[in-house]
Amino acid sequence: MAKLKPLTELRKEHFHFSRFPTTYCPGCGIGNVLQAVTRAIDETGRPPESFTFAVGIGCYGNIGNYLDFDELRLSHGRVPAMATGLKLARPDLNVIAMMGDGDATAIGGNHLIHAARRNIDITAIILNNHTYGMTGGQYSPATRLGDYATTAPYGMLEPAFDICKLAEGAGATFVARTTTFRMVQTIDIVRRAIEHPGFALVEIDSQCPVIYGRMNRWGDAVSMLKKQNALTVTLEKAKTMTPEELKGKIVVGIFKQAVEPEFTGEYYKVINRVRRPQDAS
Amino acid sequence: MRAKPRARLMLGNEACAEGAIAAGVRFFAGYPITPATETAEVMARRLPEVGGVYIQMEDELGSLSAVVGASAGGVKAMTATSSPGFSLMQEFISSAIIGEYPLVVANVMRLGPGIGNIVASQMDVMQARWGAHGGLPMIAFCPSSVRETFELTIRAVNWSERLRTPVLLMTDGVVGHMREKVVIPEPGEIELWNRPLPAVPPEEYQCFDPGPDNVPAIPPFGGKYRVHYNAAIHDFRGVTTMADPKWCEYGVRRLAAKIEAHIDELTETHSVLMDDAEIAVFAYGPVARAAEASVRQAREMGIKAGLMRTVTLWPFPEKQVREMAKQVEVIVVPEMNLGQMVLEVERCAAGQAQIESVTRVDSMLITPKQVLDRITAVAPRRQIPWPS
Ligand SMILES: Cc1ncc(C[n+]2csc(CCOP(=O)(O)OP(=O)(O)O)c2C)c(N)n1
Ligand code: SF4
Ligand SMILES: [Mg+2]
Repeated sequence: MAKLKPLTELRKEHFHFSRFPTTYCPGCGIGNVLQAVTRAIDETGRPPESFTFAVGIGCYGNIGNYLDFDELRLSHGRVPAMATGLKLARPDLNVIAMMGDGDATAIGGNHLIHAARRNIDITAIILNNHTYGMTGGQYSPATRLGDYATTAPYGMLEPAFDICKLAEGAGATFVARTTTFRMVQTIDIVRRAIEHPGFALVEIDSQCPVIYGRMNRWGDAVSMLKKQNALTVTLEKAKTMTPEELKGKIVVGIFKQAVEPEFTGEYYKVINRVRRPQDAS
Repeated sequence: MRAKPRARLMLGNEACAEGAIAAGVRFFAGYPITPATETAEVMARRLPEVGGVYIQMEDELGSLSAVVGASAGGVKAMTATSSPGFSLMQEFISSAIIGEYPLVVANVMRLGPGIGNIVASQMDVMQARWGAHGGLPMIAFCPSSVRETFELTIRAVNWSERLRTPVLLMTDGVVGHMREKVVIPEPGEIELWNRPLPAVPPEEYQCFDPGPDNVPAIPPFGGKYRVHYNAAIHDFRGVTTMADPKWCEYGVRRLAAKIEAHIDELTETHSVLMDDAEIAVFAYGPVARAAEASVRQAREMGIKAGLMRTVTLWPFPEKQVREMAKQVEVIVVPEMNLGQMVLEVERCAAGQAQIESVTRVDSMLITPKQVLDRITAVAPRRQIPWPS
């Protein structure tokens, strides 16, 4: 990995700094994720105008206000479907689909698994703060069993999705998990995900200190990050552990990386085969 | 190279697909549903032939989302569905209004509620106007024939591009599954409109700056201009300003104004035997064809009947209906629903004419006899000649 650019430079290149401060709570993980993603984009060496962000609705949804990238921000949950249409219509673009845990796995769950199944060249980044931050801390399909949410006042009774397993099972060809604590690894993984020719999903475990942290007594941002790190287990280490030992742990690493036929490429092969010159336009 | 036959017998749904291709549509996302599926099937085969893309999505929410993505990418895009799918699409029709995505949704109406039946109805014409949250003005065209399906699909695409707004093609199971002759024009013969492009350099550019026509000039992604599509209330830059009542007010009113400014160009009605008419029939879609037959039969009976057929459901042809109400004594409104557009006719007639609603909800087309029966029932006695 290249030497990290100073933040001031990153800001100048990729952010509308004049619009700061952001609307995010102090200590929120969204800032970490934005930094990691923009650094990863930088590291690919691809021109910034070749990137488009498709963004859902959630706390992270306002990133377009600050990011100096093309952006498609429309509604809650439909990001993988919008990104699919965009990528198919414009294969030249690098499409980053930014989603929250609720966005991607509840309302958008169906779109997510089908985008993964198609293996369309989209980079899906899921910011998993284990809650619906934007609407004030209701439980999401990624809320941990027993944790509290405004709509789980007696504790969460539903088991959480393992987002990476879901993506792998659905056919994503690049699947990884990382955390906001592990910034260097996050930059590296997001870069690989962008460069991966197929559907790539990166789940970034993130802290929501103001709502989730308070409700579940995880403390402020720093103590949340410390606890997140204490629960983190690398994939290599996890292989030596029993399912019992792995309960409640955050396993990080690249779970899958395989090159398989990519949908957009396959579709354009068909176009090249059947296209009639007289109709060309 | 084999020359294609100019005139072809076509299914209404096929005419929709061919009209879209002629209009420059190069992206279609859909989900199968009777009686709309043929449009998707034709698109799946035809689009790659013209360098375009078809995709079958996981549901109608996904279809319209993908269409929005493609449209944002700068490609003319559409979907086609039928009533239950149209209900699912309302969320994104609303989002496309504020995001200002040019796109077309064809709804081949079937009978509701629920799964209802798969034949035909005109039951979604009010939903077309009021279904999407926000209640902003909509543009919706309604063809009476296969040829008109072809033409109106082109018009729908053109208006969606010019005003950067979703446009609805409200067809139905009758017209969608009818076979009629369509003459396909040469590519150069069709007038095509494209979305406006920025006239200012990238440094000065703000993507939602509305310009003189109240229509922002938004280029495709990937160029020198930064584009921030945003379905929340936003300022000219696309930055969310939803907490500011002034931007809310401005945003909503501008989106309405950009359509209202073109009402005269958008509303098209056709009159038959209206010059001296004392009884008018107001109809749309295939029902207008039955109505025309009934009007001619009424004339043979000596009743001064006429027809106003509207091609534009929304914006509603208020002026035309107001004028008609001043002229005639009775307006008969036959519809394949429980009486929807009749409410608009009543509103515009404002008490100047007696309004008669004729309804049919058995999924069958209204017959000329059904309309004629009502005409004769309401015609002033003196007009009816004694049967010979
Ligand atoms: C169709 C629809 N349903 C519900 C909402 C309300 N809503 C906005 S954001 C959100 C949840 C966001 O949770 P998540 O995706 O995890 O993002 P976070 O705020 O936690 O970053 C909900 C339910 C909406 N905007 N649209
Ligand atoms: S509510 Fe939570 S996720 Fe949302 S901005 Fe605040 S800390 Fe971040
Ligand atoms: Mg969340």
